Amino acid sequence: MSLDVVLDVAASIFLIAGALLSLAAGVALVRFPDLLTRMHAAAKPQVLGLLLVLVGCALRLRTGVDITTLVLVGAFSLATAPVAAHMVGRAAYPTEDIRTDLLVTDELADHLDRIADERESSAPA
Amino acid sequence: MSSDPTTPAEPNEPLRPALSRTARRRNQVIAVTALVTVWVLLWGTLSWANIISGLVVAAVLLAVFPLPPVTFAGRIHPLPMLRFWLRFLRDLVVASAQVAWLALRVGHTPQSAIIAVRLRVNTDLNLTLTAEALSLVPGSLILEADRRTGTLYIHVINVASRDEVEQFRRGVLELESRIVEAIGSPDELRRVRDNAQPPPPDMEGASA
Amino acid sequence: MTAVAVTVTVLLAVAGGLTLTRVIRGPSILDRAVATDVLLAVIVAAIATEAAYSRDATALPVLVVLAVLGFVGSVSVARFAARRHDASTSSTSDGSQT
Repeated sequence: MSLDVVLDVAASIFLIAGALLSLAAGVALVRFPDLLTRMHAAAKPQVLGLLLVLVGCALRLRTGVDITTLVLVGAFSLATAPVAAHMVGRAAYPTEDIRTDLLVTDELADHLDRIADERESSAPA
Repeated sequence: MSSDPTTPAEPNEPLRPALSRTARRRNQVIAVTALVTVWVLLWGTLSWANIISGLVVAAVLLAVFPLPPVTFAGRIHPLPMLRFWLRFLRDLVVASAQVAWLALRVGHTPQSAIIAVRLRVNTDLNLTLTAEALSLVPGSLILEADRRTGTLYIHVINVASRDEVEQFRRGVLELESRIVEAIGSPDELRRVRDNAQPPPPDMEGASA
Repeated sequence: MTAVAVTVTVLLAVAGGLTLTRVIRGPSILDRAVATDVLLAVIVAAIATEAAYSRDATALPVLVVLAVLGFVGSVSVARFAARRHDASTSSTSDGSQT
């Protein structure tokens, strides 16, 4: 009985924390100035927020089969989120409107041509 | 384990020796184990039927979509591995809170920077793991990875000055050394420990 | 538990609404892709919360599908956007459409 209550309370805290992170990401998506900064905000509910919600869910369900499914969801997301973010960032960098006035430094600009050449020659995808 | 190169490569040269037969075999075993694990987790019950069907699916997948060769010369060190995970979780929580706070702050436009960090161990595995760990943490985003020089181009949010940029660069190199401590080979470990000072960021050799 | 469910629902609904405004407004297709990804994360959180609230695991396989689908979606949009850019820059030289 008491263990159930403790687990439920813990699950509630995890779920609410995850939802708060999602909310912060929503606010950031609306307020941040350009695509790249918005992508930072997007990483938040996809990683920590998702993990918190999944842990909360696992604490509530407490059966082996469900927990393995939740572990799988977490593993898939953690493995794929960086790849997707990299693809979008790579597509965005030279083309999209990036607020260069808000950049302290840009060390990619000088190397962009060389990298683009290599990308073309090495990966004819 | 794998045939080690007799002459140590120049720092920052790609460390990509040809895979030996045993290394390739080992990679396949790891891939099949991982795929079967996922299959069993998907079904949710551990039974012989699941394991055997998983083996069949894994064999077909690996035959149709062969994996690119990955050199893994090191071995897993449990204690540094634990340290890496604990530090990673801490970074994750701290950075998420920071970015969330940044979003909720009124009347403040965050400044950011794009910086190049040249890793000391230029293997595909190290490059990938460092990039994954970095982009999972909110606040840093991989824009581009240069395999040849082992350089990551990272977009960082919420930096206001050159000092903070340099601080972040050191943070990335510390992350790299935590990863290498966890899974690196002795050669890679030596490389990281000897070059405690990172190479200068202007990368004079990159255009050669 | 009901109070928690209501709180989470409200938070996620507001988050989803804000994200939707970015999907609608987002100047570029990549903005929309990123916002859609966040929307997907919000939906995953909502489904997981529902499963936790009702102690019913029926919806969990949906989460697995969503976790993979989001990746496929944003990668294809990113590839599309990158290729369109290449085509627009190289069309000055030989006008080949890729």
